[in-house]
Amino acid sequence: MSSENDKDGQPSGTSAGSSEDSKSLSKEDAKKFYEEKGIDFSPDVPVKPKPIPQFEKSISDRVSSKFGSKVTVDYVRAGRIRVSTKKEDILDVAQFIRDELGYDHAESVSGVDYPDSKEIEVVYHLGSYTDEKLATQVLTLATRVPREEIPNPGKDSSRMTSLREVFYSVEFHERECFEMFGVYFEGHPDNRRLLLPEDWADIPPFRKDFKIKGR
Amino acid sequence: MSTQLPPGIQLEKIDDRIMTLNVGPQHPGSGHMRLIIKVDGDYIVSCDPDPGYVHRGEEKMAEYRNYIQNIPHLERPVIHDSSNILYPYCLAVEELLGIEVPERAKYVRVIAAELNRCIYTLYWLAIYGIFLGHSTMFMWPAGDRELFIDLLEAMSGARVTHAYLVPGGVRNDLPANFEERCLRQVDYFEKRLKEYLAVFYKNPLLISRTEGTGILSKTDAIRLGTTGSVLRASGVDFDIRKKEPYDVYENLDFETVVMKEGDSYARSYVPYLEMFESCRIIRDALRKMPKSGSVRTKLKPNPKGGNDEVYKRVESGRGALGYYIVSNNRPEPYRVKISVGSFRNLICMPYLLKGELLGNMPSVYWSLNYWPVEADR
Repeated sequence: MSSENDKDGQPSGTSAGSSEDSKSLSKEDAKKFYEEKGIDFSPDVPVKPKPIPQFEKSISDRVSSKFGSKVTVDYVRAGRIRVSTKKEDILDVAQFIRDELGYDHAESVSGVDYPDSKEIEVVYHLGSYTDEKLATQVLTLATRVPREEIPNPGKDSSRMTSLREVFYSVEFHERECFEMFGVYFEGHPDNRRLLLPEDWADIPPFRKDFKIKGR
Repeated sequence: MSTQLPPGIQLEKIDDRIMTLNVGPQHPGSGHMRLIIKVDGDYIVSCDPDPGYVHRGEEKMAEYRNYIQNIPHLERPVIHDSSNILYPYCLAVEELLGIEVPERAKYVRVIAAELNRCIYTLYWLAIYGIFLGHSTMFMWPAGDRELFIDLLEAMSGARVTHAYLVPGGVRNDLPANFEERCLRQVDYFEKRLKEYLAVFYKNPLLISRTEGTGILSKTDAIRLGTTGSVLRASGVDFDIRKKEPYDVYENLDFETVVMKEGDSYARSYVPYLEMFESCRIIRDALRKMPKSGSVRTKLKPNPKGGNDEVYKRVESGRGALGYYIVSNNRPEPYRVKISVGSFRNLICMPYLLKGELLGNMPSVYWSLNYWPVEADR
């Protein structure tokens, strides 16, 4: 039944499309239309080369000379350096960042879900109150943990070492990341739910496969 | 009785000496949040904060809307400080899309942010007053707050949820003779603030209830990663407006308020002193602002963000407020994380309340400048 409908619908659909095409603006006309209205039509993001400032370069050099191929250090923009590492090495890297570079607290811990590559990225934003030179810097420390199709928070392979021993301030942030993404932090003293209700029985809600109703 | 319990629920062994109290989750003046407190007689043995009653999933909602549609709902966590919670979002999106903001818009934004900081601080002060049993300190700030609300209403058209700051500038220009109105209000308010000092901050009742309670040392303030007035009351000189100036804060004349004591009194006194600084900033910004010009750079329809990530932070009424936006060449952000001051200061609560008298609980709780709705997002 449905296939018949599809066949019937197909020709009428295409004809409607072609009639729309004749009416709708061509790309040049649309460009002209927006230019007349004073709306910028240049590419969305201007591609600018990013020269690394001196201070950021010195930090990234110190990290990469210490850990070599274990870490990837990227310069994102002024004051923002990104250090990506494997989850096995994150404790060593975090310890180095605290003791040698002088970052002393975490501003946030965010999870980012990548269902296509079957990974969840855990991103720590670290800042410093004690070192005056680091006041404008926020160091992004990122690692990736495996992601499972059917999550079983706390019991599956989505787990990594907690950084609470290094940065005490991550305590509640890691608890939030655990409930919202299902990433278990080993060595965290208090792996309970924080924001979600106690009887929440669905998958971790900030994963991409958890859909909002009506969207 | 069945032994099968729903997941996450545990039975607890009851001690006959230690008593468990639930403070909340009924509305304690600012939003729903619960403190599970264990007391031994009059002393708090442990405190377990239980936020999440007003969790709205703002971060999840933002993944389904484009950069313009996100503006009005992202201000909901703190409607009393709506300009400051939108500020880092605007800065982050501008960085992501490479938008230049007109000079005049930068000053207008700073004025809106500082007016909003006063609105928030007055609201907080009103609740702080009434929870310590000082009715005058509820009535006065609540009344003076209306005058600031009138100013922002004239700017944006809305009383509380302004959605005035947008990526690319502000939504509309200032109304006619705004400068005069604003200066009159600031002059009046500074006189008024001095009366607050006499009636509230020098009041022996307040001093006896707050001085020396809930002391947070400088090392602990840094270790716990606190922010905002909590951090500055413990002697750490850190204000993002000074340390990592955004927009035009570096041209403006103001000072960071720092106190050394780290007790409840200092934590409640720092926001009060910051209102004087806000008045200074507003006055200075009105003087230095270009008198005419555009206030908004128009965005393209449905702008896409590129393969990029950005982290921007500002100083809000409750401390550093940051947005981490990951984009993947789509009109919607891939992930938005809001790092809020209230959530970062939550960690102090079990730390400070342990060993404290139960009667000191409200003064410590409110001095933390904690806003449950913002912490839950």
